[in-house]
Formats: sequence, structure tokens, C-alpha cells
Amino acid sequence: MELILSTLINGLSLGGIYAMIALGYTMVYGIAKMLNFAHGDIIMVGGYVIYVFMAFHNPLLAILMAVVFCVLLGITIEKVAYKPLRGASPLAVLITAIGVSYLLQSLAQIIFGSANKMVTVYDFGSVKFLGVTVQVSALVTLAVTVVVMTALTLFVKYTRLGRAMIAVSEDKGAAQLMGINVDGIITITFAIGSALAALAGLFYLLKAPSISSTLGAMPGIKAFTAAVIGGIGSIPGAMLGGILLGVVESISYKITAIAPYTDAIEFSILIIILLVRPTGFLGKKRREKV
Amino acid sequence: MAGYILETKDLGISFGGLKAAQNVNIRIKKNQIYGLIGPNGAGKTTIFNLLTGVYKPTTGTFFLDGEELCGLSQEKINHKGIARTFQNIRLFNNMTVVRNVMVGLHDQPQFKCTVAETLFRLPRHFKTEKDMRERAKELLRIFDLEEERNNLACNLPYGKQRKLEIARALATNPKLLLLDEPAAGMNPHETEDLEKTIHFIRDHFDMTILLIEHDMKFVSGLCDEVTVLNFGTVLAEGDTKTALRDPEVIKAYIGG
Amino acid sequence: MMNKLKAVRWNHYINYIVIGIFTLVFGIIALTGGRLNSSLLFLLEKIAISVILAVSLSLVVGFLGELSLGHAGFMCVGAYLGGKVSALLEPVIGSGVLNLLIALIIGAAIAAVCGVIIGIPALRLRGDYLAIVTLAFGEIVKSIFQNTSDESFGGALGLPTPRYDKQYLFIFAFLLVLLTLAVVQNFIRSKHGRAVTAIRDNEIAARACGINVTKYKLLAFTLSATFAGIAGVLYSFSNYTVQSAKFGYNYSIEILVMVVLGGMGSINGSIVAAALITFLNTKLATILTGDLAVLQNLLYAVILIVIVVYNNAPKLKPFRDRYNLGVLWNKFVRSRNPAHIKDDQAKWDVVPTKIEMNEVLSIDLVPQDKMEKRNNQSKGGDH
Repeated sequence: MELILSTLINGLSLGGIYAMIALGYTMVYGIAKMLNFAHGDIIMVGGYVIYVFMAFHNPLLAILMAVVFCVLLGITIEKVAYKPLRGASPLAVLITAIGVSYLLQSLAQIIFGSANKMVTVYDFGSVKFLGVTVQVSALVTLAVTVVVMTALTLFVKYTRLGRAMIAVSEDKGAAQLMGINVDGIITITFAIGSALAALAGLFYLLKAPSISSTLGAMPGIKAFTAAVIGGIGSIPGAMLGGILLGVVESISYKITAIAPYTDAIEFSILIIILLVRPTGFLGKKRREKV
Repeated sequence: MAGYILETKDLGISFGGLKAAQNVNIRIKKNQIYGLIGPNGAGKTTIFNLLTGVYKPTTGTFFLDGEELCGLSQEKINHKGIARTFQNIRLFNNMTVVRNVMVGLHDQPQFKCTVAETLFRLPRHFKTEKDMRERAKELLRIFDLEEERNNLACNLPYGKQRKLEIARALATNPKLLLLDEPAAGMNPHETEDLEKTIHFIRDHFDMTILLIEHDMKFVSGLCDEVTVLNFGTVLAEGDTKTALRDPEVIKAYIGG
Repeated sequence: MMNKLKAVRWNHYINYIVIGIFTLVFGIIALTGGRLNSSLLFLLEKIAISVILAVSLSLVVGFLGELSLGHAGFMCVGAYLGGKVSALLEPVIGSGVLNLLIALIIGAAIAAVCGVIIGIPALRLRGDYLAIVTLAFGEIVKSIFQNTSDESFGGALGLPTPRYDKQYLFIFAFLLVLLTLAVVQNFIRSKHGRAVTAIRDNEIAARACGINVTKYKLLAFTLSATFAGIAGVLYSFSNYTVQSAKFGYNYSIEILVMVVLGGMGSINGSIVAAALITFLNTKLATILTGDLAVLQNLLYAVILIVIVVYNNAPKLKPFRDRYNLGVLWNKFVRSRNPAHIKDDQAKWDVVPTKIEMNEVLSIDLVPQDKMEKRNNQSKGGDH
């Protein structure tokens, strides 16, 4: 029972991180219509920025700087690498994104070396909760995720900007004719996605205080998987997919027999879900007009 | 059933709650040019999609030459003898004109050639390729496209793209040819030309043709009989002149 | 005689000829006792492996139009199964030609089976979703082999495989390149290949023309996987261990980059790009050692971004039309040959891959099809 509870809490908090990253994928995918392969590496950059600014022993400053830096980085990448390709084949954009991902990884490796860096952002300690010891950081992660998700949903639903985002994602041309600044919206999307990635980087450091240049690669892929499972383009879908994947992962890690195969299990779930529901849980069904 | 090349029985389909087509009964005799007309959104293209297996009907069925084809896959239906063109032209844009037609010839029994035969470059491969090309050229000649055979399909002007689509459909050797707005976007001269071509196809290929069209002059010039659809149901049918004078039909077109 | 020679479409066979001569030259040097140092031999083997991978992937990406991000997964299957077979057979028949052939057949066959398995979702899923499924497949394969026991497939430490017993593995490797080329090109330049390209250009129209889309999609995936498996077996013979970590999505992407930079739908382009990228990667790895090693990735990334942006940015089109290898080459060729349009070799930025991203951002909590059922309102329009 206690094992189940602690696994569940760990799973939810890990799921929260995945959801956070998945959200970035989903929003960029929905609005800029591209698969931002470099998104996972923004997490890594966020982690390194925190590492650098932790020299001042001020976690809040470090987090703030990480968010600001990642937002600027996200916007720069969009302007330099993706914007010139707007209107080009999606494959070209995808390959460029892969290039950017390599670029970020190798830059990080050049600057910080290939050895892992250790950094403790803040030690929340642990509490007893219903008879189980729970890392407070896991609870914090979960709480922040829930708050961010709710805020984002409300933002998209009720603000002018949010509705403009939906309009751009439905039809760029029509949105432009309605006087919406499409380029601006895309920039904002990248900014939000990058800020979320920076937070995800923080949560990774809270979970395990070690960072390397490939920190973001696997979580990035998995979060993308989560976004697809939930139905790409769907904000609640990203949450659903992320949390599902997080819970599955932490349960799988707890069962010795299948623990090493966790990755395989997660990806198999993706394949099975897509075969049953080809657009994920909450995805839109597209019917090509004949 | 005898005598009819195509017969639909209570054909209908609904999307969610929307009944896109309902109780559609069409009977087409061999060698007829038959029109399917109606205002926008009447469900004409839906009928085409049902007849070619893109959609599976929720009610009813249809027969080609007495054989029930309902429920078969698109390619099977094509093999059985229904070919079509599309409202929004669907050519293989990155392939040359002649190759577009050769794709249409792909499954003809006289051009059979297994994958192994092509991989090992056995004589039959070369023979089929040559024969297919010759046959494709013949078809292109009919549509006055032989000159352009080595151009990419996407570089053809609009009118010729429509013709190429018809040529490709004919290449599959159908019993019934469905033309979805063949005259759309053509100038009066081209339309006249198309009218002649369609007559020619009927006579030369011994073909039965079902077509959707908005141009009433074109329809009355070509079609022996029509079915008028509105909101997915049959509004009128029969002899073209009579059907077009039907007050219900006029009301549906003009509104009111 | 002269006329007959002229009638041969040399441009169809140019790649066989070039690779054939290349193999012959190096083969003769090697067989007549000329000293080829081991790093050169290794490079040649690597190039052959890359070319096989790129050509086979180009069948799926360039000609079928489906994006596959799991090509390394098929290679992984081939490498492990072929490697295991050869390791088992080594004490009996040594690690010579016979062993290589048996391993090739088994590795290719099992990779082909995987190709069929991954081809099945391809029938149901659309472009971008299929891409993620292929990526997932690659990762699953990698993860499974990573966690095998030491006795079976070596687990995380990798599977020790016998290296080919003579130096001349590269000759076989290039013969296999020629085989790959022959199969893939003969397939593409036939009615069946035409059907595959038709599916790429317009799946709906292809169906309406009576093309059996299921059959051809599966066929393309299977052929492609088979040759990836062959590349895997070669890899296991060229190296002393097979490690699953190598076959992650990064490697799949590297192969994809070769295909894309080579020009989609152009086999020769894929060959040149594969050879060049492998050569540069290996050379850079020897030049940039120690701390400089990371510069290799950086360089690779920058080159990739610059080339892709230059080749594709809509705004650079007028510039590109004037200064472009293809245009210059055509000028050169056309000056001697009358205009001749090469079928199925359209420019790669016009060849459609079926990744189409038209997903709409939504905050709906109910799946779309259920919503559709709920709203019984008509939307109008011909469906």
C-alpha cells in the first residue's frame, strides 16, 4: 500500500515534468506546425543556467535567470533557424530542428565539458504522508505543474492573446487577414514553450542533482511521445499523456522483472495507443476531403 | 436488374447526425451519359465516394452490371469496373504525364508482371513496360496530350490536367466512368471541346458515364437522363429536359 | 555497334559503373598484396554500410514519401542476429565467406519480418504519427537488446562478434552495395516502383486507379528494412562488438540526413551524401581529437542547419535558382543532350513526404469524434 502510494506520487511528479515538456511540443506543433526536436535540449540549457547562477547561492535568482535565458534562446532559435523556413516543407524544418538540437548539445559540451555537473538547487527534504516518506520536491513539482497547466488553459481560453493563438493554429492566413500578428503569436508560443522547458529543467535538478549535455534528449523524446499519446495539439492531452507516461514509468521501475525494459514499455504503449486511436486520446480527427 | 449497368438501392450515409445522402436510387443503362446535379452541398460527391468505396454506405447497396460491389475496397471496386475523376484534380504531380496514365494501366491483366520479374529484369518486364508505354501513348493521343507526355503533370494547364485525369481513369478499363465536375474552371471553348470528347469516349470505348456538373447548358447538351439531388435526397429524376423544368428543382436552385 | 552503345541509357547505370570501378581498383590493390592500412579499410567498410542504409531508407522516405525515424532499429536487428549467428558458427566454419553469407541471410530475413511489423501501422497512421511510431520502434529494439543477458546478446556490454577473417571485407561490402542498388533501382524503375511513387504523390488517386496501397506500402517498408538488416550484419562483421547504444534515434536521424541532403527521390544523391558524410565524420574524428572532439558535432550541426536553410528558405529561392549545383549540372548536361526530363527525380523540396502538420491547438476535454456525434448540427458542404 505504502509502496503503491509512493510510486504513485513519484509517478505523478515525473508525469508533471513530462506534461510540462509535452506542452511545449504540443503548442509549437499546433501553432507553428513544426516538430521542434530541439525542445528537449532547452531543458538541458535551463539546467546549466541554474547551475551557473547557483554560484550566487540564490535559487530564486537562478530559476528566474534560467527562465529568462531559455525564453530568449527559444525566441532566437525561432527567428534564426525556423522563421526563414516558414512555408518550406515540414521535413526541412524537422531536419533543421534536429540540427539545432545537435548544436545546443555540442555547445553545452564545449562550454561545460563532458563530465556531469552536480548542483543542489534547494533541499526541500522529505515528509511523512499517510505513512510514506515523500520527497517534498516531488510534491512541489506536482503542485507547480497543476498551477501552470490551469493557468495556461485559462490563458488560452479567456485572453485575447490565447484566442489569437487558437485562431493562428486553425488558419494562419485567415488569422493574418483578421489583423492578428502571426509572427508575434509564433514568437510568444516559442517563449512560453521555452519557459516551461526551463521549469522542467529545474524539476529534473530537484529530482536528481546531476546535469549533462544530453540531459534533455531522452525526456524530450518521451515528452513528445506523451504529447502524441494525449493527442498532439491538445493542451489537456499533453497533461493526460505526460501524467500517464510518468505513472507508467515509475510503476515499471518498481517492478524488478520489467524495470530494465521501461523505455521499451513506454514506447510500446505509444504504438498500441496510436493503433487503437490513430490521433491519440484527445486529438482531432482529420478527414481528408475527397 | 437486367439492362442496367449501375443500379443503386436506397443508398445512404450519415456522418454523425448529418444525413449526407438518403435513399438514393439511380439506374443507369449501358452507354448512357447520365447527369447527377443539384445545388452545392446536395451530396453529389458523396454519392461518388460511396460508389467508389471511399465511404461505406450506412444504408442500401449498389450493383454494377448485376454484381453487388457495396463494401469492397476502393481498389477492388476499381478492378470491378468503376473509375472516377476528382472535383479537385488529383494527379500524380511529380510524375510525367505518360507515367500518370501508366499508373492507371497498372492492374490491367495484359500488363501483369510480378515483383520478382522486375527485380531480375526478366524479358517480361521490358515487354510490359514497352506495351504499357505504347498503350498510354494511344490514350494520350485521344486526348491530344501526346506532345506533352514527358512534362510533369503539375506543369500542365488546368484544362489539360482535367483531360489527363480522364485519360488515367479510362486506362483502368472501366465499365462505368464517374466524372466529378469535368468542366469546372474551363472556358466556353474548352467546355465545348470537352463535350465532344465525352461523346467520343462513349462511342469509342463503349462507355457508360455518370457525371456531376453545374453548367446546365453542358448537362442538357450531354446527358440523356439526370438525377437531381438536394440535401442528400432525390428531388427529381428522369429525362433531362423534363427534370430541369420541374418546379421543385427550380426552387432548389434559385432558392425560396 | 555504336548505335547500340548509344541507345543504352548510360545515366541509368552510371552509379553501378562508378562503384564497380571503385571496388575493382581497391580490390586489385588489396588482392595483389598492396598495403591498405586498416583505418582505410575500416573507412571503406563504413562508407559501404552508410550507402546501403541511405539507399534503402530513400526507398521509404524519397519514393514512398513516409518519414521513418527508426531505420537504425532494423540495422540493430540485423547486427545482433547476424552477429549472434556468426559468433555461433565461428568455431564450426570460421568467420569467412560462408559464415558471412549465412549471417546475411538470417539478419536480412529477420529485419524483413520487422519491416512487415512496422509496415502495419504505416497502413493506419498518417505521416507525422507514423514518424513517431518508427522512432519508438527503433528505441524499443535498442532497449530490448540492451537488457538481454550476457550469454544471449551481451546486454549493455554489447555482443562480441567475430570480425571477418580477412582484410577484404570491403569488397563484399561493396558487392552488397551493388546488390542494394540493383534491387532498389530495379524496383523503382518498374511498374511497381511507379505504383509506390503514385502512392506518395496522391494516395487517394492511387487507390482510385486500382493500386493496392496496402501491398505496396508493406513491400516498400520490407525491402527497406531488409537492406538495413544487411547493413547491420556487415556492421557486425566489421566491428568486434555490437553495442545497442549505437542504434538509437540519433543514428536513424544521421541516415535520414544523408537521404535529405542527397536530395529526396534521388538515389545517386543519397549515395554521394552518404559517402561524403561518412568520410567527413571519420576524418574529422581523426583530426579533432581530445578536447577538440566535440567540435565535430558542432561543425556537423552548423553545416546541417546552413545547408537545409539555404536549400529550403522560400525567400532564398531566386538566389538558389541561379547558384545551384543542380542548375549548373543541367546546363552542362543540356549543352550536350537535348532537354530530357528525368522521371521521378523531381527536386527534393517539391517531393512531398507525407508529414503534414495541420493539428490544431485545442483545449477540449472531449475527444473530437465524440463531439461530432454529440453535435448533430449539419455543417453543409459535400462530404
